[in-house]
Amino acid sequence: MKRLIASVITFYAEGFRRMTLGKTLWAIILIKLFVIFAVLKLFFFPNLLNSRFDTPEQKSAYVAKQLTAPHGNLLPEQHQKHTP
Amino acid sequence: MTDFVLLDWSRAQFALTAIYHWLFVPLTLGLGVIMSIMETLYVKTNDPKWRRTTRFWMKIFGINFAIGVATGIILEFEFGTNWSNYSWFVGDIFGAPLAIEGIFAFFMEATFIAVMFFGWDKVSKRFHLASTWLTTAGATLSALWILVANAWMQHPVGMEFNPSTVRNEMVDFFSIVFSPVAVNKFLHTVFSSWMLAAAVVTGISSWYLLKKRETTFALDSIKIAAIMGLAGLALTLFTGDKSAFHVASSQPMKLAAMESLYNGQKSAGLTAIGIVNYEKKHNDNSPPMSWEITIPKILSLLASHDLDGFVPGICDIINGGYQTKDGVELSVSEKIRRGKLALAALADYRKAAGANDTAAMQESRTRLDTHFKYFGYGYFNTPDEVVPNVPLIFYSFRIMVILGLYFIGFFIVTLVCIFKKNFHEKRGMHWIAIFSVPAAYIASQAGWIVAEVGRQPWAIQDILPVNAAVSAIPSSSVKITFFIFLTLFSVLLLAELRILSKQIQLGPEPEETGAEK
Repeated sequence: MKRLIASVITFYAEGFRRMTLGKTLWAIILIKLFVIFAVLKLFFFPNLLNSRFDTPEQKSAYVAKQLTAPHGNLLPEQHQKHTP
Repeated sequence: MTDFVLLDWSRAQFALTAIYHWLFVPLTLGLGVIMSIMETLYVKTNDPKWRRTTRFWMKIFGINFAIGVATGIILEFEFGTNWSNYSWFVGDIFGAPLAIEGIFAFFMEATFIAVMFFGWDKVSKRFHLASTWLTTAGATLSALWILVANAWMQHPVGMEFNPSTVRNEMVDFFSIVFSPVAVNKFLHTVFSSWMLAAAVVTGISSWYLLKKRETTFALDSIKIAAIMGLAGLALTLFTGDKSAFHVASSQPMKLAAMESLYNGQKSAGLTAIGIVNYEKKHNDNSPPMSWEITIPKILSLLASHDLDGFVPGICDIINGGYQTKDGVELSVSEKIRRGKLALAALADYRKAAGANDTAAMQESRTRLDTHFKYFGYGYFNTPDEVVPNVPLIFYSFRIMVILGLYFIGFFIVTLVCIFKKNFHEKRGMHWIAIFSVPAAYIASQAGWIVAEVGRQPWAIQDILPVNAAVSAIPSSSVKITFFIFLTLFSVLLLAELRILSKQIQLGPEPEETGAEK
């Protein structure tokens, strides 16, 4: 088993070491993942419901109000003001 | 009041992300199959030319995969931020297929792609070949789960709405996965991707022929690609016919918009080409088309599999009163009335639940269940709100079909020349092949515009329109992220084109070169 694991590790290590074009592509992938997760997700794309509400009941209440409010969608802050 | 600025920017951002993501996916799906076939030929014949050919196209596959990977994740971010009502409302129905995609298909793809790239000369030929096919299968399975989720939005089945949680709950997983709309959408998308990849392989190979380089490699590649492209197109046509049939029964407004058909007809003809009257409204008497050429009875045949079948137009759908397999169709005004009853019942249920009034909960639940089929119509005030953008859908559909037919002719002529062994002399064909590459992408994107703009104003057909699905967030934040994406995507696209062009200019590696780079 140990030999198998070692040979798999060697297989990957050697594969990565011998890359040429692959190194550029991996650099692009890593930069892209950094921008997507560390910049876009963190600063621009919070999950609206998870970031504003703690429990599923609060989320349900908010969405229910959004879907049934005759005056249209309310910002989460406005919803909290209207909810006792 | 719906904030239409917010809605339009949220839709524009989603469209931008989806269109960009879709630049990469079809080439991954189609090129995966092409290079797998090439490697199969290598293993079967032991001819090193197929190994060299496979390795070159595998490199192109790798570039496309690396630039495209994770661009789809941004769509999931947008669901959570811009479409939070939708995300909550769909519950696990949307989440389950995406989770399966993430756990199963992506890991399968990620595992075998390493063997595929690193394993030349390190694992046996057959194991390497199996890894190549399994990478392709993993990519295709990823597409399956995404398309199952998309098909559910077009034709929601297998769920039950729970007013306590305000979520749709999955009650029948298999009816969602094996919904005819899902199965057909998956096949239609995958087969059309084969065509796109075949066009890319033929185009790049033709560039080598124009430059009088790598003639054997180019002709071998074109032969495989043209056969694949033709097979993919035949299957795309077959599944396209099934699509029309499903759309006619589950999304008749989309079909009417595709044809700019306002007044329903028996023995309806299919408009081959035409010019849409942009000023046309459903309730005026102006002609829907300024000019058109129609093929008699074909629309009825496609929609009902009967040359004399009735196809409802936009006015029929709005006014109702025509016969469907489920009975007489209601007018949109009546659906709006019932939708508003369903919305009121949900509000009453929530109020009764808050007061712990079991009897009132039961009564409002019964009202909600009775009218839930029309729930989404409750968000409209006038019937014309259910009409999508007719000219955009009409022209996108024709672009897709006309380019599809063009590619059938193109691949037939290419194959004839290949088998006559004179393709390498046909410089005109080489240029046509090169210019056909963007045409394949245009056809592919036009197909998605028909599917996604055609279902407007619905996020989930009949259940949730986009104006209720959108999050209440400041439109300025959506505008900012739209332009961030536009910049990011443009940079990535330029990077891909630059790397691709460099690798194409370098050409296939000499066979003596060692392991995969």
